Amino acid sequence: MPLVLNEEQIMLKESAAGFLAENATVAHLRALRDSGSERGFSDDVWNDMVQMGWAGIAIPEAFGGLGYGYTGLGLLLEQAGRNLSASPLQATVLVASTLIEAVASAQQKEQLLPAIAAGEKLVTLALQEGSHHAPQQTAFTATLSGEDYILNGTKVMVADAVSADTFIVIARTGGEPGEEKGLSAFLVDSGEAGLTVQPRSLIDSRSAGALACDNVRVSAANLLGAPGDVWLGLNRALDIANIGLASELLGVSTEVFERTVAYLQERKQFGRVIGSFQGLQHRAAELFAELELARSIVLKALHSIDDGEQELSLIASAAKAKLCEVAQRATNEAIQMHGGVGMTDEYDIGFFIKRARVVQHTYGDYNYHLDRFAQLSGF
Amino acid sequence: MSDLEQFRQETRVWLQENCPETMRRPIKGFGDIYNGGRNPEIDHPDQRVWCDRMAARGWTVPHWPKDYGGGGLSKEEVNILGQEMGAIGARRALDSFGISMLGPALLHFGSEEQKLEHLPKIVRGDIRWCQGYSEPNSGSDLASLATRAEDEGDHYLINGQKIWTSYADKSDWIFCLVRTDNSGTKHQGISFVLFDMAQEGVTTRPIKLISGSSPFCETFFDDAIADKKNLVGEEGNGWTIAKYLLTHEREMISAFGAAPKKSVGQVALENIGADPSGRLANSILRQNIAQYQLDTLAFGATMARVGDESKAGQGLGAASSIFKYYGTELNKRRNELNLAVVGEPALGWEGEEYHDGMISRDWLRSKANSIEGGTSEIQLNIIAKRVLGLPDA
Repeated sequence: MPLVLNEEQIMLKESAAGFLAENATVAHLRALRDSGSERGFSDDVWNDMVQMGWAGIAIPEAFGGLGYGYTGLGLLLEQAGRNLSASPLQATVLVASTLIEAVASAQQKEQLLPAIAAGEKLVTLALQEGSHHAPQQTAFTATLSGEDYILNGTKVMVADAVSADTFIVIARTGGEPGEEKGLSAFLVDSGEAGLTVQPRSLIDSRSAGALACDNVRVSAANLLGAPGDVWLGLNRALDIANIGLASELLGVSTEVFERTVAYLQERKQFGRVIGSFQGLQHRAAELFAELELARSIVLKALHSIDDGEQELSLIASAAKAKLCEVAQRATNEAIQMHGGVGMTDEYDIGFFIKRARVVQHTYGDYNYHLDRFAQLSGF
Repeated sequence: MSDLEQFRQETRVWLQENCPETMRRPIKGFGDIYNGGRNPEIDHPDQRVWCDRMAARGWTVPHWPKDYGGGGLSKEEVNILGQEMGAIGARRALDSFGISMLGPALLHFGSEEQKLEHLPKIVRGDIRWCQGYSEPNSGSDLASLATRAEDEGDHYLINGQKIWTSYADKSDWIFCLVRTDNSGTKHQGISFVLFDMAQEGVTTRPIKLISGSSPFCETFFDDAIADKKNLVGEEGNGWTIAKYLLTHEREMISAFGAAPKKSVGQVALENIGADPSGRLANSILRQNIAQYQLDTLAFGATMARVGDESKAGQGLGAASSIFKYYGTELNKRRNELNLAVVGEPALGWEGEEYHDGMISRDWLRSKANSIEGGTSEIQLNIIAKRVLGLPDA
């Protein structure tokens, strides 16, 4: 597929930009934060997104989705990054549906995907346990007891934990922490006895939470895929998730960069606009070059998914690592070039750097993915 | 059979019959590239045979109009010719600044008479051209050039000095920026003239670089004569042509950023070894290489994206403005990493054990990539002003 957007995609991008710039902006996020919203997003905005088909944008038509592919979803996530739009796009649409598509049985897909596409069900992945993304280290246990499994353990960084109807919990049915073998995925409804959700307040004012299972009993029918064998499917879903997160970071980075350049054009010191200083011009120009590289690698990665490439890990780690690097630089430069005003809560720039760091950390940061990129490159 | 398919068949047959076996071998060094000229450097007699046969059909420059000696081929036909040549490993028959630089400028700015006079000679490889731009005191500030051209009625009398003139000592004619007027701003009063180097008033001297011998020369003009019919465009309008040509040159230099065959990481692993987990034993070097390879991948995707966007009619996006800057900086990074991963052998200068300093000389030569054709700093100025709209100081 050529590295361009087709007409349909350009239209999608423009309509998403228009909708989000009106209904789900930084100002809306600020209002959600200041009102102490526990869900962290507006139900009205989410309902509108569902109406537009966004909840099923990458879900195949056979399961009630639009079958629009991940390039389409990537464009939505990029625009969400530009506006810092809070919604279940990441947790349910990008991550959970992709994992279900990758590992669930046909019958499970039939039960779950149409409900997700119709906006009737919010599903989220519960994966991370320690301070860092390290899926092989999963210690959360699922022990067979007759026809059921008994789940025990805790999870952090569970997106939309408070609002989710169903969790996909990654647990160990065999093997030891550090091993890929023995990992399984379970569907666990939010109302199960022994399951507790604790909202956590992270810097990005979204709705991450912690989840704890104390002898939660679920049926073996809740197992997604074969027991002990979720690694490959999980890996693929995480690759796609990281490409989606890279799209969001592209939006965040582009937006802060454009805001910063606009500021350089108007802010005056020493009797002239500061954008006329070469010290700032060259830094801005270098950042522009990096952003162009970032845009290319994200598009290449999205196309790799839609082209049906089986081996996504290298391009996924490349895209995530590059976007972590560029987002970090763009947000740091944004604060520095804005000077004191960039440090104030009243000014919006701070919201971008806070969101960027959470997205960077999610499913592996720059260091994790650069290491993985090198490994996959054979050195 | 479609017209294009028929063209492909005929081209295939013609190439089979006319491309000498020796011209189907891979190019190993500069000697294998044929540049033409009055006294061509010929490593193998077939170079001339191959060039003459191709030139007779205009295929040394297949996309130029037939009226000027070119092949008059459509874009699709040029692609087919390239594919069929590639299929048998046929070398390009002729490579020259006349084709890559002067030709496009003449097609754009030259008079009909000038096109008819000069372009066919470029196609046939009769005349080899060099470019007279930089001067000792006019590097990044090219428009400050001072080589004078005095109006002597039907000709100009030229006095001054050029530097970094590639292959001046081997070229027949020069396309040259000269000052015809001192009264306006520095960008005004520059003219673009062509003249014969085989005259008393022109002398050249090769320049030796830190990497060893080089194609660069100093070129001196002492009452050199340029016929007025060889003034390209209006008098005083040379800067516009110069800018047009610099864009071409930058595209050529940025192509240096293309990825090499064996990855740096692979070479490092062979030379330095792995730790028990299979990772390169030196973790700091490993990180530097990974960053380089990541940026190379992303830069390659950017070149592809700009090409695809342009093909899709979405225009040459702002991304193309980063090519020269990013490609050359990336090439410098690769060369520094080569030095680091190869170690002692990379420091060799002469001798078979060092392949006559191939690595060290490439490394040293790469330092010029971000200087020639507009420095990296000038490129960043251009991005800041033209793309980001930041004001002048």
